[in-house]
Amino acid sequence: MVLALFVYPLGYSLVTAFEAKGGGFTFGNFAKAFEFYRVDIGFTLVIIGFSTFLIGLASIAIGGYLTLGENPRAVALLRWLYRWPLFIPFVVAAQCMRSFLAKNGLMNNTLVGLGVLDVSQTTSFLDWRGIVITFVWKQTPFVALLVAGAMASLDRSTIEAARNLGAGRLRILFEILVPQVAPTLLVGLILSFVTMMSVLSVPLMISGESPTMMTVDMAFRINNYGDYGTANALGFISYLLTAACAWVYLKRAVRQ
Amino acid sequence: MMVWVTRGIVLGLLAFIILGPLANLVLWAAAEQWYFPHKLPLTYGTKFWEQVFKPRGDALVSLVTSVWIALATVAACLALAIPAGYALARLKLPWRTAILLAFLMPQAFPSLAVYINIARIFYDLRLNGTMTGVILVHTVHGLVFAVWITAAAFAAVERDLELAARNLGGSPLRTFFTVSLPLAAPGIMASAIFVFLESLDEFTGTFFVGVPDVITLPLLMFTASIAGNYQIAAITALVLLVPSVVFMLFIERFLKADVLSKVGA
Repeated sequence: MVLALFVYPLGYSLVTAFEAKGGGFTFGNFAKAFEFYRVDIGFTLVIIGFSTFLIGLASIAIGGYLTLGENPRAVALLRWLYRWPLFIPFVVAAQCMRSFLAKNGLMNNTLVGLGVLDVSQTTSFLDWRGIVITFVWKQTPFVALLVAGAMASLDRSTIEAARNLGAGRLRILFEILVPQVAPTLLVGLILSFVTMMSVLSVPLMISGESPTMMTVDMAFRINNYGDYGTANALGFISYLLTAACAWVYLKRAVRQ
Repeated sequence: MMVWVTRGIVLGLLAFIILGPLANLVLWAAAEQWYFPHKLPLTYGTKFWEQVFKPRGDALVSLVTSVWIALATVAACLALAIPAGYALARLKLPWRTAILLAFLMPQAFPSLAVYINIARIFYDLRLNGTMTGVILVHTVHGLVFAVWITAAAFAAVERDLELAARNLGGSPLRTFFTVSLPLAAPGIMASAIFVFLESLDEFTGTFFVGVPDVITLPLLMFTASIAGNYQIAAITALVLLVPSVVFMLFIERFLKADVLSKVGA
């Protein structure tokens, strides 16, 4: 089943990427993809790379506080709070953000209401920043759940020993906890990276303007021109980007 | 004292970032009139709710379509995952890791590029725009959760219990249905809910394979949002949101730690 419905279309997409209109082998699709969408490919990489970085930082912070926090009530509150977006679908997350981040959205209204901003200073965040915010909002709980779980199953005695020797919490987090949960963190981040590479709804709904993400370009090539060659060339590039990501992980796994 | 102030500010900010977008959605769902420069809706009401849920309205049709697709996807996934999961947990299969990884593959590649080609193949097979086509796409997507969680659930069942049943003269089939299956049921239930939610929320695959005849709830929401019908979009989004949030709050009841620790192992 996986073979018929996944491997076959995948192979099909690889072949189509190198096929000229009338048949035969060509790099023309790639030339076209680069000519039209060079900026978007870079844009996609920067947005997703930046989001992945922020997701990593936020998950370490959340997991770290859940493991090392000294106030049980604050820890319980954070544990209850951080998981909300976990299963919320991307379309719904995008719709939430579409209203929240708009110039007249709840975010700006609250900031104006609190006197932090003046009405004239408000701007809409519905551009690349909106996409990054939505991705981080949606994917952090997933990675944080994995990281917090891995941190909780670590041996507490090393943490206590370090604490007795007078190490600060930040130092314990980055010198003891993070190195030990690094493999879990990496798996979570790679899965997030791949997921974000194929999300169509968020860039479509948050930011319609150019430059945009590769997924939007692929959908556009197909729905407006029926141009499978260029779309698959872009798809091939997205496979390569994720493959590079997976390669880093596999190399690490082999070394261990 | 100072510690509590900083703690309060940080947690408050976090709550605003996490719950703010959801609050805005709820506001839109309850608003009847809301325009610039008013910070909160002018009038609240259920006018749009009636419009969305009117008998034979678009939303109700989409909801029914979505639920049917999700149920069929769960049935298809479980039919494949229960035997596969049992085999992976109990039998000494060669290539065990490779098989587990094969089910992971649809998650490891950017799926959009695959969906556009599935749509093209389905077009030739006349599966485009049919429920069957959409169910097939959702099944492949959900299979990894189903197989991995089911395998973990069977692995967590004590082998001694099965052996005891066999010693008492139970046939292998009877042992499976009266001992292994009931004991693994909570884990299988969790995977079923997972697959159900994944199918209910799926957007990209349906966008390419289902359009224009199969309109699921996420697609309806997307169309309403792009057209600027924020109330309709918010109400549909809320309908999609409720099962996801409920599952998030109760996930630990379904997925016990002993099963979780065996996922993917």
